[in-house]
Amino acid sequence: MERDDLIVNDSYAMAAHHSEEAGAAIRKKIWFVTALLTLITAVEVGMGIIFKRSETFSWTMIKWSFIVLTLVKAAYIVLVFMHLGDERSNLKKTILTPYILFISYLLFIAITEGFGHLEAFSTFH
Amino acid sequence: MAGNTKTIPSDVLWGGGQSPYSVTYGKMMMWFFLVSDALTFGGLLTAYGFSRATSEDAWPIGEQVFRALPGLEGAYPLVYVALMTFLLIVSSVTMVLAVEAGHRNDKRGVVRWMAATVVGGIFFLGSQAWEWSHFIHGSGGSFQLAKAVNVTTDSGMSMELPQGEVVFMDHHFGHLAEPWSQGDPNTVLSSTDGHVTLTQFGEHEHSAQMHGLTVNKYIENEQQISGEEALKLWSARGEVFAFGANLEDSEYAAQQTYANFFFFITGFHGFHVFSGVVINIIIFFMALNGVFERRGHYEMVEKTGLYWHFVDLVWVFVFTFFYLI
Repeated sequence: MERDDLIVNDSYAMAAHHSEEAGAAIRKKIWFVTALLTLITAVEVGMGIIFKRSETFSWTMIKWSFIVLTLVKAAYIVLVFMHLGDERSNLKKTILTPYILFISYLLFIAITEGFGHLEAFSTFH
Repeated sequence: MAGNTKTIPSDVLWGGGQSPYSVTYGKMMMWFFLVSDALTFGGLLTAYGFSRATSEDAWPIGEQVFRALPGLEGAYPLVYVALMTFLLIVSSVTMVLAVEAGHRNDKRGVVRWMAATVVGGIFFLGSQAWEWSHFIHGSGGSFQLAKAVNVTTDSGMSMELPQGEVVFMDHHFGHLAEPWSQGDPNTVLSSTDGHVTLTQFGEHEHSAQMHGLTVNKYIENEQQISGEEALKLWSARGEVFAFGANLEDSEYAAQQTYANFFFFITGFHGFHVFSGVVINIIIFFMALNGVFERRGHYEMVEKTGLYWHFVDLVWVFVFTFFYLI
């Protein structure tokens, strides 16, 4: 059977070329994302130092803001730097579904089993 | 930007006249590798969270443990780790600029930005080496209480410390206590006027007076204890001393798990950075020698870029889940 998964003449890679003008727009976007990622990291460190010590914000609130900020950072890296945003939606789904499924599953297991462990400990200790 | 949304020539379509992914085999396999690798890191971070949630001993927190800067005294919580994060983000940016230059067949641009990416990666590895060294050496060391003690801290707070509580020594004292804890006969411990004095007779004569012990050093509510109260803690010390951290001992907490996760997660990530730098160097020389120019496209830079961005991506999560939370 003839293999259909090999690209004989690099046609897809050739299709990725762009012009000088398009390049300038892309570079502008890259620098924007850079500034954004740096800003988010700075905000996270600031929150780690200041908000964690103050009484104003609850730890749960800060923890979830860290997680949301991290997901925003991750989304920009994956969609812009790794160009996943420009790929076909089929590829996007293939890449992202395992994360969304398995990581949520792992988290669910970790949290429920974690509580189970604590409960067992407090019962039998 | 690297969008492959153009019409695909019929000779490369899959059976059924479709090209579901519209990417080359190599790029798709790189993505698949990254998916599996990300699940490995996901598993590690989940294991970390699980261990932390179920730990019965106190768990050190990031901004208390990682607050040193090279060559500076004082506490700068998380600043160093944030600089490392920034370094990796910047080298990710230079990488994406190399990919962009490749799409314009700009050989000079690719070579220049690849060189910058390699330099960024090497700097990150160097920073990590410093951080590891700092973590392994620790500060003064710690011991655990053999029995419960009631003490008054320097700030006048009355504390009931349970058996197994970790007590931290200052740097100078820990330095002399280290050989003593291993039964060095040349080390003499004496206590006068409520102070604990440790003297070591070796090639050189040293003596250090313990100014204070610290409890809760790496968790919240750090407290200094000195004078008579420190002496009470010292006489309740157990057999176990820990200086710095390695795979068997950790001064940071009563449990070893925290140090183990630090070594494993940041070590595994550091190994990824290291291999990424090696691959980037290879790609740099290939671009320099005009291999991609002759090939007519720079897709190899893009595939390497995917791996390099992934390394950055993992660090973003390690930064949040290991250092911040």
